[in-house]
Amino acid sequence: MSELTRAIQETAQKLLQNKEVELVVGFAEGSLPLRNTPCFVRQPEEAQRLVWGYGCENNLANYLRQRPEKVAVVAKGCDSRSIVELIKENQIDRNKLVVIGVPCRGMIDRKKVTRLLAGKELLEAEIRDGQVVLKGKEFSESVPLEQLLHDTCLTCQHPNPVLFDIMMGEPVPVKEADSFVDVANFEVKAPAEKRAYLIQELSRCIRCYACRQACPMCFCEECFVDCSMPQWLSKSSLNVQDNVFFQAVRALHLAGRCVDCGACDRACPMGIDLRTLTRKMVKDVQELFGYTAGVSLDQKPPLAAPINTTSPATFNQDGR
Amino acid sequence: MLLNKGQLTDWLNQLMQAYQVFAPIKEGDYFCFKQINSGDQATLNYTNSKVPPKEVLFPRSEKLFCYRCENDGVQLTEQIDESKKIIVGLRPCDAKSFLLLDGVFKSDKYHDPYYLTRRNNTVLVGLGCNQPASTCFCTSLGGGPFATEGLDLLLVDIGDRYVVEVLTDRGRELLAGMELPAADQEAKETARRVKEGAALSTQVNLEGLKSKLDVIFYDPIWDLIHEKCLGCAACTYTCPTCHCFDIVDEAEGNEGCRIRNWDACMFPLFTLHGSGHNPRPTGKERFRQRVMHKFKYFVDNFNAIACVGCGRCIINCPVNLDIREVLAEIQGSEVRSDKQ
Ligand code: SF4
Ligand code: SF4
Ligand code: SF4
Ligand code: SF4
Ligand code: SF4
Repeated sequence: MSELTRAIQETAQKLLQNKEVELVVGFAEGSLPLRNTPCFVRQPEEAQRLVWGYGCENNLANYLRQRPEKVAVVAKGCDSRSIVELIKENQIDRNKLVVIGVPCRGMIDRKKVTRLLAGKELLEAEIRDGQVVLKGKEFSESVPLEQLLHDTCLTCQHPNPVLFDIMMGEPVPVKEADSFVDVANFEVKAPAEKRAYLIQELSRCIRCYACRQACPMCFCEECFVDCSMPQWLSKSSLNVQDNVFFQAVRALHLAGRCVDCGACDRACPMGIDLRTLTRKMVKDVQELFGYTAGVSLDQKPPLAAPINTTSPATFNQDGR
Repeated sequence: MLLNKGQLTDWLNQLMQAYQVFAPIKEGDYFCFKQINSGDQATLNYTNSKVPPKEVLFPRSEKLFCYRCENDGVQLTEQIDESKKIIVGLRPCDAKSFLLLDGVFKSDKYHDPYYLTRRNNTVLVGLGCNQPASTCFCTSLGGGPFATEGLDLLLVDIGDRYVVEVLTDRGRELLAGMELPAADQEAKETARRVKEGAALSTQVNLEGLKSKLDVIFYDPIWDLIHEKCLGCAACTYTCPTCHCFDIVDEAEGNEGCRIRNWDACMFPLFTLHGSGHNPRPTGKERFRQRVMHKFKYFVDNFNAIACVGCGRCIINCPVNLDIREVLAEIQGSEVRSDKQ
C-alpha cells in the first residue's frame, strides 16, 4: 500500500505544481484505527498528507458535483463508476476533472471488526500478508483480511477504475461474477416476511439522513422528505412505516443510477441493512434493462433510452 | 453499599412495579436505552450506547397535544407524560448532559412542561466507566468516568459486585427493602483501584477556546474545516447535549397532533426562512453553527460548554470528522479580528 501512497502523493504534487488542477481530493490518515478520512489538498507541499489504505471507504465522487475549479480526485473502482454516472447527469464537467485511478483491494468494514471483537475496543491495527492484526488493551488477534472486507467489496466487479486519466499501480484481479445470492435470498421470501424484515431493520432508523448525504447520486435540491408543502411523509419518527417509505423511495429513485458502492450502508450509524434494497434495484435494472450503472460513458441510462416493455431480453448492451 | 451482580435482575424487577425502567439493551451490534419489561433484559456490560438516553426525556418525536375540529370549535388534548421513570446504567457523561439540557428547557422566560415533567419524575442510576473508550474525553469537560454530578445513585463495578454510592434521597429510596450490606474495607479498596485504573487517553485543550471563538466568526478557517462534512445528522442525533427541535402538525381530515421532532443544524432546511432566504446557505455556516453553539453560544447563555466528551460524534461520523481535531485546529489558528 505504501507504494500506492507514494505514487498518489507524487501525482498530486505534480498536478498542483503544474497548475493542472487547483484541488486534489483524496484520503488522509484518519483519527481512529483502520480509518482514513477525505482530504482536500490545494498546495503542492500538502500532498504528503495523502495516503492510501484499507480505510478509504468513503465515495469521493460525492465531493465533485458542481465544482467551479479544476479538480483531481483519487478514485477507486466504485468512485469512478459514480463519476461516470454523474458526468452523464451533468453534475460533473469531465473537462474540469482529472481522475487519479487506484486499483482497489477492498475496504475494511469496521462493523465486522466491532462484531468480531465483541465489546473489546480496537486501539491499533496492522495489515500485512493478507492478515489484519487487531490490537487493544491486553489482546492481539490476527484475522484474515478477506473476513473483514465490506460485503460490497466482496462482490465488487469493478475494483479497477473504469474511468481514469492517470492510473496508480497495477490492476487487481477481478472476482467471479456477482451472483446476487443475497438479493435472491430476499426475493424468495413471502411478501409478509419481506415486510417484517424491512420494518424490523428500519425501526432502528433515526432519520439522520447520513445514508442520503453519503450517496453521490442523492443530489436533489430539495429532497422529498424535507418538502413540507406538500408533506410527502411525516417528519416524525413515530411511525416506522414512514421510515420504510423513505428508504423505498430512496432506493427506487436510485434505480439504474446506484453503482452499489455501499456508501449509504457504511454511513448509517444504526447499522441498518440498506444494501438489500439498493442491490435489489441493481439486480432488477440489470435483468430488465441490461444496464449496469457507471460502467461506460456512452451507454444511455435506461430511463433516458426508449423502453421496450414486451421483451426485455432484446435489450442489448447499449440499452437500446 | 454492596449489590451482588446476581441481585441486579431482582432489583430491576422490583423497581418495575413502581417505575418505567429504561436500561441499556443489546440491539444488533449496539447498545441502546430501551424500556425493559424484565430485569434480565438489561446489559450493564457495555462501553457506551449508540444513541444517548437523552431520548427518554426528550424523545425523537413527541406529541405535544392532539386536536379535533368539531362543529363548534376545537377539542384539545394535552399529552404530558407523567409516568415515573428510572434510567439504569447511564454513563456519568450522559447524566451531566441532563444538567445542560435543564438550562435549555427551564429558563426565566419559559418552562417546558414536557421535558420538565419527565425530568422531575426520572431517577438516574449511573454506572461508572471501568474502561473508558479511546474516544472519551469527559475529563477535559469537568466530568470523569466516575463523576457523580446529576446522578441519584452510582454503581461501581468491582467484579462480581457493585459498590453502590448513594448520592440523593431519591436514590436512597430505590434501595428501600433491599437491605444491602454496607461496603466493607476490601470492596472500598477495590472500588478505589478500579477508579484509579480508569484512565482516559484523550485530552482536549479548551483553554482560551471561548475567547478565540468570540472573534473568529468570519475567519477563513471555516472554509476548510467543514469541507469533508456531509451535512447529515449522525453527529447531532447521537449527541447527548444537542437539543434543537422542529414542531410540525400532522393531521388527517379534521384531527391531528402537534409533534415535536429532533432537528439538526446540519440540515439545509434548519434555518430556511419562509421567504426562501437561508442565512446558513452552505455546509460552512452549518458546521460553524454546530461548533459555535456548543463551545461559544451555550457558554454565553448558560456558562457551560454544551459537550460532555462522550465521543459519540467521533465514532458515528461517516467521514471521520473528529471534533477533537476540529478544536485543535481552531486552537492552533491565529486569531483574527471578527470583521467580514
Ligand atoms: S444508493 Fe448507496 S450503494 Fe447506491 S450509489 Fe448511493 S451510496 Fe452507493
Ligand atoms: S443513515 Fe440509517 S439511521 Fe440515518 S436515515 Fe439512513 S437509514 Fe436511517
Ligand atoms: S459533541 Fe460529540 S463528544 Fe461532545 S457531547 Fe456531543 S456527541 Fe459527545
Ligand atoms: S466520556 Fe467519560 S463518562 Fe462518558 S462513557 Fe466515556 S469515560 Fe464514561
Ligand atoms: S460532522 Fe460527520 S456526522 Fe456530523 S454532519 Fe458532518 S459528516 Fe455528518
